[in-house]
Amino acid sequence: MSTKRKLNEPSIQAVGLTKRYGSFTALDSLNLNIEGSKCVGFLGPNGAGKTTTLKLFTDLIRATSGEALVNGVNVHTRKKKALESVGTLIETPEIYPSLTPREALSMVAETRGVPAVERKTRIEEAVSEVRMDEWVDKRVGKFSKGMKQRINIAAALLSDPRIFLLDEPSTGLDPRGMSEVRDIVKSLKGKQRLIFMSSHLLSEVTDICDEVAMIDHGKLLVYDTLSNVTSRFSGGENVVEVGFLRPIDGGVNGRIAAGVPGVTSAERVDDRNLRIRFSGGASTQERLLSYLVGMNLGVISYKPASSALEDVYLSLIKDTK
Amino acid sequence: MSSTQVESASRVPSSLTQVRVTMKYTFLDYFRSRRFFILLAIVLLISAALTIVIGYYRPPGLLSSDLSFYSSWWGISAVLLTALFGIFFGGDAISGEFQNRTGYFSLSHPVRRSSVYIGKWLAAFLASSIILVVFTAVTLGNGVYYFGSSLPYQFGEAVLFTWFYLVAVLGSTFFFSSLFKTSSYAILVTAVLFLFAFNLIQLLVANFAQIEPWFILTYGSQIIGNVLMAQYPAHITTANGFGERTFTSYNATIPEGLAIIAAYFIVTAILGLVLFERKEFT
Ligand SMILES: Nc1ncnc2c1ncn2[C@@H]1O[C@H](COP(=O)(O)OP(=O)(O)OP(=O)(O)O)[C@@H](O)[C@H]1O
Ligand SMILES: [Mg+2]
Repeated sequence: MSTKRKLNEPSIQAVGLTKRYGSFTALDSLNLNIEGSKCVGFLGPNGAGKTTTLKLFTDLIRATSGEALVNGVNVHTRKKKALESVGTLIETPEIYPSLTPREALSMVAETRGVPAVERKTRIEEAVSEVRMDEWVDKRVGKFSKGMKQRINIAAALLSDPRIFLLDEPSTGLDPRGMSEVRDIVKSLKGKQRLIFMSSHLLSEVTDICDEVAMIDHGKLLVYDTLSNVTSRFSGGENVVEVGFLRPIDGGVNGRIAAGVPGVTSAERVDDRNLRIRFSGGASTQERLLSYLVGMNLGVISYKPASSALEDVYLSLIKDTK
Repeated sequence: MSSTQVESASRVPSSLTQVRVTMKYTFLDYFRSRRFFILLAIVLLISAALTIVIGYYRPPGLLSSDLSFYSSWWGISAVLLTALFGIFFGGDAISGEFQNRTGYFSLSHPVRRSSVYIGKWLAAFLASSIILVVFTAVTLGNGVYYFGSSLPYQFGEAVLFTWFYLVAVLGSTFFFSSLFKTSSYAILVTAVLFLFAFNLIQLLVANFAQIEPWFILTYGSQIIGNVLMAQYPAHITTANGFGERTFTSYNATIPEGLAIIAAYFIVTAILGLVLFERKEFT
């Protein structure tokens, strides 16, 4: 095993990580090395082994063989050290029902050693980040599922850790809540955090993740950057969606297709959005972006098409059946 | 949160601090929960009933000496009460973390499982102790009313032994609580054992097998009642039974009783901790 981990870069690492329940293999010799500040989406169908993986990384279950390391530290043998700077949200936890969010979060803050002078403000910040200010002094017992999930997210954010292990963080949240979670994760990325997040929402993953890992039947199928994954599995083509500030005319797509070598098609989704397919990876991407900006049409967004990830997902998952 | 890219300012505290934190919030949870007040109500009811009955009927046997007063009052209720503490505070303490999924909230942090176990145990001990203090106070109130403030030293011993027994009872119930993932099993087993099974086994072993039941916790707990007797009963008494058969009865000596209680605590605490350490959240 190579440990050429850069110092001070957050990392999580699975080495031959295996979990069996009797004769059933829930996780089959997972090898995964994630390093640096980024968001990694963890995808796979129901029962694929995502939660199992995350539980192994928080020592909620024990590996049959292999090990889970956080910043190079074995989570099972040295849990306290390994989880020092890890915020977690595994399988919609329940909070002691007679406590209020303020108390439950104080418990987390004290357990994790948030300095006493900062506790109050940290708790209030975390609670307001998940829009639960009104409820901070009400007992958790009567909260709805989504409200509890918001408090769980606040608990993960509370000690400002460097690594986040999140299991379907937007489960149970309303549409606004889901979008707020996306904003929270994006802002974490801006603060040099490593986020490893399971999700069934491909649009969410496309929107906020830099890399994806896909798993099925306990086996890792792929782990790569989002654009590599989508291009590798769409015959070397990337698909991006470009949004414009002003309505675009019908000729724009033709000009792009003709003007940028590597672009194979550009279709109008509506009058402010284009879907562009291209091959040639990063170099085409660079040309395309500068061409788009050069056209002065007010490019306001540029992202891999979520449908592209869906295509990859469906083809990969079908293949393993 | 506005901190910069440097390592976050949090530094995980010592396990001792984490034990204290768990204890504090578990206690808060107990204190807020109905069970604390149900137990308190039970204790107050028992106390009120005893106070009224004794005050009204003034049973001459019971009031013949301070020792016989404390013996009837404390000797009868303390052991039963302690069993209730175990059932109420210990039964679901650990199993609830699995069954109610609160473990996902309390354990997915840089904290040892043993710290959580010990913290919860201390919270249960504290909650039980508060109620036991109330019961002791009522007992003393009555005792002082009838016999003045000079207390028999045996009562002090009995109270001390009761607290010691509480330690073992909570140790055992926490063990059952980490043995089962379903709280109702843990509570049921605790209740059955402490309310009659131990006594029954003890009876069978002592009376029919004629073996000293030194391996039964309730045998050890008899020192609480025995110490309040005018004369501490003999360790082994052999009497002539029917015909040629002799009949032997046993009473734990104080050191023996203390040793049994201590052994139960130590063994169950170790087993409970090991079980909890190994248990999986599946
Ligand atoms: N205690 C257990 N005993 C037997 N099998 C188990 C146990 N716990 C989990 N499994 C199995 O392990 C497999 C992986 O489960 P896991 O919860 O990791 O899936 P997942 O990828 O998180 O799925 P989902 O998307 O539905 O959350 C499943 O097939 C599940 O049935
Ligand atoms: Mg899952």
